[in-house]
Amino acid sequence: MTLIEMKDVWKTYPNGVMALNGIDIYIDKGEFVYVVGPSGAGKSTFVKCMYREEKPTKGSILIQGTDLAKLRERHIPKMRRKIGVIFQDFKLLPKLTVYENVAFALEVIEESPKVIRQRVMEVLDLVGLKNKARSFPDELSGGEQQRVSIARSIVNRPPVIIADEPTGNLDPETAWEIMDIFKEINERGTTVVMATHNKDIVNSFKKRVIAIEGGRIVRDEQKGEYGYEI
Amino acid sequence: MKSRTLKRHFAEAFKSLGRNGWMSFASVSAVTVTLLLVGVFLVVLLNLNHLASQIEGDVEIRAYIDRTTKQTEYNDLQQKMEQIPNVNEVKFQSKEDGLQELIKSLGDEGKAFSSLKNENPLPDAFIIKTKKPQDTSTVASEIEKYDHIKKVDYGQGTVERLFKVTGVARNVGLVLIVGLIFTAMFLISNTIKLTIVSRRKEIEIMKLVGATNGFIRWPFFIEGFVLGLMGAIIPILVVVFGYQFLHGQVNNQLDTVFVKLLPVYPMVLQLSVMLAVIGGLIGVWGSMTSVRKFLKV
Ligand SMILES: Nc1ncnc2c1ncn2[C@@H]1O[C@H](COP(=O)(O)OP(=O)(O)OP(=O)(O)O)[C@@H](O)[C@H]1O
Ligand SMILES: [Mg+2]
Repeated sequence: MTLIEMKDVWKTYPNGVMALNGIDIYIDKGEFVYVVGPSGAGKSTFVKCMYREEKPTKGSILIQGTDLAKLRERHIPKMRRKIGVIFQDFKLLPKLTVYENVAFALEVIEESPKVIRQRVMEVLDLVGLKNKARSFPDELSGGEQQRVSIARSIVNRPPVIIADEPTGNLDPETAWEIMDIFKEINERGTTVVMATHNKDIVNSFKKRVIAIEGGRIVRDEQKGEYGYEI
Repeated sequence: MKSRTLKRHFAEAFKSLGRNGWMSFASVSAVTVTLLLVGVFLVVLLNLNHLASQIEGDVEIRAYIDRTTKQTEYNDLQQKMEQIPNVNEVKFQSKEDGLQELIKSLGDEGKAFSSLKNENPLPDAFIIKTKKPQDTSTVASEIEKYDHIKKVDYGQGTVERLFKVTGVARNVGLVLIVGLIFTAMFLISNTIKLTIVSRRKEIEIMKLVGATNGFIRWPFFIEGFVLGLMGAIIPILVVVFGYQFLHGQVNNQLDTVFVKLLPVYPMVLQLSVMLAVIGGLIGVWGSMTSVRKFLKV
């Protein structure tokens, strides 16, 4: 079943940079997709369009049948709840504990306290941080912080999570720990789209690979290779 | 909205007020200074207006009649004056009454004129009141053209000057108040902008996890409103107690010139409500304009 469908998507930034030049793609429910390509190829722009941080200049992006390109401003929040996002720099709130950081995602969508407590402990267990619930982000290692941000992205059970270089700031070993969590999440049925420069991971944990260069898809293979020298 | 959510918004607002203590203090001070000036201006302006309208109300036209005029022509004259559109009422004043009034208005010095009673130098007169005091001079010049009118008197010059002064005072006061309010709004929007910058990341994450704009705005709305209200406290106290004091001091002295200040109540209560509302609006407006930019993520 198709979860995400991009049809002839173009993105030109206001400064004239043509970041995406006609992208067509289908991503099915439950897939694990790497997005690779050289720096400046348009990977971040590609994923940003998926969660409507950027609006495409042309074309349509359907997520579960809703066209993000046509989405009204006030319908964006509802749509965002269907998509978990993870960044290279974690984006945690430094003054909140691990527990509060994760609960935050549910509080702002007005979940009941009971549901919040139960779900937060559930996902903290999944990422292996149950015992650090009361710690603050600056008391955690980079890998642990990224696990908190993953916990936050999945706590409201979105059908898809989108990660932009989630292991970019981590050493290889920690990067693999993070990958294990993504694997686990994917096995539970959540679709994962991940932009990455990590050759090692792409080549070892083989999944679908979409390669972007100059804003175009130049390769799309099941169980693909990273394909670039670093 | 759920009451749990509302509680959260209030908690967030007050947390931010405390966390940005100095900034909050700066915003409150800005509103305080503005509202103080606005309050004082309003008190002065309202009183000036009140005094002016008391004086304006006293303005009347006296049209003196030629001694040769026959009694029958008096009625025609009165009717003609009454038909001028801007005229409110026309009263006849005989020369005897005129003298009486003159003597009374001059007090002790007037006694000297008592001897004139037998050979009264004053002519008969009509006293004309216009509907609006500002029409006085046009009506006067109209009447001046009539037959049998010897002279028209309405404090020429003085009246025009009075109207000019009250008119200018009203406009200047209005411009000043509007200017002050805009300055305060600008200051508050800038200070709240700074508190928002420090919460930029929080807003960004809220948006990413699907919080609605309304949800994000609420705490800032409350924060702005509270800042504005706090800024109104000192000005309200100053207006209430200051005016009470001033009124006690000044009003008795004014008695001698037949004018009065506005009574303390209900004016200070109305002004207090007004200052609180202006403060709240300035705060809300300031915070909403600065939050708007950050919501476009
Ligand atoms: N907000 C923006 N405004 C203008 N141009 C931008 C903006 N974001 C990206 N670009 C430009 O668009 C092009 C694609 O950028 P993008 O960030 O998508 O690349 P990327 O593949 O993610 O690169 P990297 O691997 O370095 O993260 C680049 O030329 C970049 O300079
Ligand atoms: Mg990028």
